[in-house]
Amino acid sequence: MAGTQYRGSEIKDVDQFLKDSSGLDSDREKEIGQHIGYRYDVNLVPDYDRLTPFLKEYIEVMGWEDLNWLEDVHMGYEEGRPAVFDRNINGWVRVPDSIDLPDNQQDRDMIARELLIKFQMSDRHPLVMLRKAYMKF
Amino acid sequence: MAGVSDTELREMTQEDRVKALGMTTEELTGRSMFIEFKPEEEERFTYPWLPDVDFNKRAEIDTDKMMTTEVNERIRELMKEGYGTIVLKNPRGKHSVGVGILSRLNLIVEGSLGYFGVGLIDGPMVRIQGRVGWSCGENMMSGVILVEKNAGSTFGAAMRGGDLVCRGSVGSRTGIDMKGGSIIVGGDTGALSGFMMQRGRMIFCGNAGKNLGDSMYDGTIYVGGDIQSLGVDAVPTELTDLDRSWLTRKLTQYEMLPEKGVDHFTKIVAGKQLWNYDNLEPSEKKLIL
Repeated sequence: MAGTQYRGSEIKDVDQFLKDSSGLDSDREKEIGQHIGYRYDVNLVPDYDRLTPFLKEYIEVMGWEDLNWLEDVHMGYEEGRPAVFDRNINGWVRVPDSIDLPDNQQDRDMIARELLIKFQMSDRHPLVMLRKAYMKF
Repeated sequence: MAGVSDTELREMTQEDRVKALGMTTEELTGRSMFIEFKPEEEERFTYPWLPDVDFNKRAEIDTDKMMTTEVNERIRELMKEGYGTIVLKNPRGKHSVGVGILSRLNLIVEGSLGYFGVGLIDGPMVRIQGRVGWSCGENMMSGVILVEKNAGSTFGAAMRGGDLVCRGSVGSRTGIDMKGGSIIVGGDTGALSGFMMQRGRMIFCGNAGKNLGDSMYDGTIYVGGDIQSLGVDAVPTELTDLDRSWLTRKLTQYEMLPEKGVDHFTKIVAGKQLWNYDNLEPSEKKLIL
């Protein structure tokens, strides 16, 4: 194997990791039995023509001029289901079946950003209880 | 959680609090949280436990005779009172000023900061009219930091998100261990910038020193000037139209767009030979390094 490609799967289709939950594509991945890398293009910069009304309002409230930290939020795929990684809990949060996925990654990313903001700012986010348990009074 | 008031929690030890909230029975699976989004979630824009502030309510702090801790506590007090614009006067290079602000805020620093300035922030817009020392914006989560002059080494170390901008030049190891966000530099950057970068984007309008992007796992580096040398596993690739539009947008936003545009920028990404490093055989590691 020395000197050969160690890269993970090439993303050829927006539904690739929904159709194939294991996503083991390259020889190296099959050999080690695990997926190498992210299941979405972490380097995909946002297309600002696709902002949702909620995201526009969020940007305005925060006083920013663009998506800021949300530029790094994308819709990923965990065990064959669409999900978004929440850095505040270090885990994936799944997208419910009731939400229809658009046919392109840019629009999916905008949905992921909107869902993540609403979840992080809600009272049912795990940080709320963690804060109660561990905060310094 | 129901049935335990904040007053009761306050009187408990931390261990008792954790038990009272039923957190000791939590089973850690190590993979997914198995939580689902609720599409009908209430629309909020800030963390529920934080005070809301009004950008039009302005206060000034003369930090000249204050210790760093006093300055940081005063910022928090003013935020609780709803002040959304706070001006720090006479900072005189104090270290660790403005760290850990987790809400939206307009913070203006009239002068220079020492090391670890405005680190660990999650939301504020910070404008620093002078220079900054080491590790400005370290572990930044979101928001904007704009430095008008030069910055020291490890600018944006382990940064997670937001925009960290320096109009001048920065020292070495810029964005070391960066995990997200954008670092934008109007001038040059020193050696080993982007070392062990994992995600995010860096823009250097000037030149980059030796070993740019050394051992980077992912992320993107754009350089407008010369690159002294690339580090291990950092490789050039072609700019896409989306890159060009994003670069133009970002640089215009901070009034740093070069007269000749962005077409001359070199884009550097990870060759991904280091991915899954732990699973490589010793001979394979030797070959890469």
